[in-house]
Amino acid sequence: MSAGSHKTYRIPIGPVHVGLKEPVTTWLDVDGERIVKATVRPGSIHRGIEWMARERNPIQVIYLAERICGICSFTHIVAFLRAVEDAAKIEVPIRAQYIRSLVLELERVHSHILWAGVACYTFGYDSAFNLGMLLREKVMDVLEALTGNRVNYGVGTVGGVRRDLTPRAAKAVREMIEFYRREFQTFLDVVTEDPIAKARMRNVGVLSQEDAVKYCALGPTARGSGLRVDLRHSSPYEAYGDLGVTPLVPQDYNGEVFGDVYDRFFVRVMEVIQSLELLEKIVDGIPEGPITWEPKLPKVLSALKAADGIGWGIIEGPRGDDTHVVKLTKGEENVTWWKVRAPTYANAVSWPLMFKDQEIADAPLIINSIDPCISCMERILVSDARAGRSEILTRARLVERCREKTRRLMGA
Amino acid sequence: MTDILTRLLSGTALLFLVLLLAILYDGVDRLVHARMQRRLGPPILQPFYDVMKLFVKENIVPRRAIAWVFNGAPLLAVTAVLMVFLYVPMGSLPPILSTGGDVILIVYLFALSAVAMVAGGFASGSPYANIGAQREMVLMMSYEVPLAIVVTTLAYFAYRSGIPGEPFNLTTFVAMPLWGVAGWMGVLGLAALFVSLMAVVPAEVGKVPMDIAEAKTEILEGLICEYSGRNLAMFKLTFALRNSAMCAVVVSLFFPWNIGSSLGLTGAWLLVADFLFFWLKVLLLQVFGVTLIRTAFGRFKIWQASQFYWVQVGGLALAGMILLSLDLLA
Repeated sequence: MSAGSHKTYRIPIGPVHVGLKEPVTTWLDVDGERIVKATVRPGSIHRGIEWMARERNPIQVIYLAERICGICSFTHIVAFLRAVEDAAKIEVPIRAQYIRSLVLELERVHSHILWAGVACYTFGYDSAFNLGMLLREKVMDVLEALTGNRVNYGVGTVGGVRRDLTPRAAKAVREMIEFYRREFQTFLDVVTEDPIAKARMRNVGVLSQEDAVKYCALGPTARGSGLRVDLRHSSPYEAYGDLGVTPLVPQDYNGEVFGDVYDRFFVRVMEVIQSLELLEKIVDGIPEGPITWEPKLPKVLSALKAADGIGWGIIEGPRGDDTHVVKLTKGEENVTWWKVRAPTYANAVSWPLMFKDQEIADAPLIINSIDPCISCMERILVSDARAGRSEILTRARLVERCREKTRRLMGA
Repeated sequence: MTDILTRLLSGTALLFLVLLLAILYDGVDRLVHARMQRRLGPPILQPFYDVMKLFVKENIVPRRAIAWVFNGAPLLAVTAVLMVFLYVPMGSLPPILSTGGDVILIVYLFALSAVAMVAGGFASGSPYANIGAQREMVLMMSYEVPLAIVVTTLAYFAYRSGIPGEPFNLTTFVAMPLWGVAGWMGVLGLAALFVSLMAVVPAEVGKVPMDIAEAKTEILEGLICEYSGRNLAMFKLTFALRNSAMCAVVVSLFFPWNIGSSLGLTGAWLLVADFLFFWLKVLLLQVFGVTLIRTAFGRFKIWQASQFYWVQVGGLALAGMILLSLDLLA
């Protein structure tokens, strides 16, 4: 603002901030309104979930995994279950795979609508936020009709699912699809054609295609930068092999790709429409059959106790690839170790790039634009109360400690 | 002497009434806003509850704040806006105070209260308030341009078209609506000026899309970030009053028609009917000019707002000025 002098000052966005859903601190060095440098400091909401899992058997960990995230809870348990099933070599019946895909897509719909609303709220467009929340209620109702719960559904289990898709629930899903086909378009029009919304999102928080590759962006963040990446397409899991998902990128619709917040917004709202198509295919094509590999829990537990090995589960969550790795040891009831890598962990790395030469007004929008799930991401907590010092671990030291721990856990 | 006493008494009574009405209108604004978003919304008296609660709450002055500026700013801000109402004729009621240049004074009183808020923001010692204050200053510099064009053009037009009375006096505009005086080009020009003045209103009252200085999702209410208790209550009053005051001025300039005489009322009933009709017009203008706009749009960034006021709104005001001048020539 002041001409000539370039004295910068620091302002924090977070850890608690009106524009943020979850605590994360971003220190902004600003010159007037322009952001010169951004430093992201997570670490406010570490919960030690992976450690807690080591005192629980895989069935108990399902409910822990569900509580990693309040929005993509089913994504986490499906990733975890796939990891366990991979380790124990358990086959999931096709009907169960379809029901899993169904809930995953419903979850994607509600996550994306929630995000779109919050993004509007971040730039002061409260009406769109309220409209989004209103629309989201429908999918929440359907999830409740299907599973009995609005947020943590508790329908996943090792080897299948715990609730079948009843004809009534299928009807509710169909009704919901019709409802969104009718109503969601207004939301899309309201936001994509609003001049202020466009002015606030276009060319803000740009992540170029090269940088998206270099910094390993995932999910809608990567697709918003024009990368055709989608695990549902490149490595289909559950029922997605039958559904034929194509990655949704802005250049297919708008002709060019900017990699800005608008593109990420566009990708997410279009994915809601894509999810509706997938839901329709799932409800139409769901085969008859059992919904679990083994309904009796003691049998499942004994099979898991006998299992030995490391299993991987990688799926496309609403925010990007969610990776779970689980180690089961023969003769031990509990999970030996469990590693979660939530999409935000990868996407957050590109934050400093997006902040470059933006304004303070854009900062919360940029933070929200990757749809951060901070409590999913936080894994490392360094504190030494006795010595009274705080230390930031370097990458080399972290890798070293990581290997140390892995060796210790594997009993080598 | 008795004259001063009458003015003092009537002024106090009027300001008290105006204060109540402004808070009530704030409640209407919130309710209508909520209903348009398909929400239930707060009770219509919610702003009263808020303000009353805030007045009994602790007043916290941050350690790094300059206390006298920090505490003085809300007082100055609210006083300056209240003063505006002393110069606005309400229906058939003449203004309590009157000078040769009321309109200019009103513009300055608005600016004074905004400057007081800026000073309070800078004195808060918070980086958010600092940014908010900077933004408010930039915003002021932007919207003063169309505002000045509108006010001077109207006065010039009133003066040149031979309307009796002081050209910078609001009573002049109320006594003889400009719409009737102007030709078709003039009417177009007046419409352009009206639209540009209405575009300034959201910035004057700090509402979306121009709530840039108070953007809560960006800089946590900016200017008023550090304020609490009595000071915050006064800022809340300032915002409510600015909203009503701005709409009252626009009503006086552009919609000065009265209802009482056409209903055949006389004496006190005429005054009451016109007074109520005046405030009804203010309410309608507030709902359509502020509430509707803030429901329909998101927030601008500061440079976008600046550009909007200098180019689009400024251009529209200039077009209005040219049209009115042409109308005078024709």
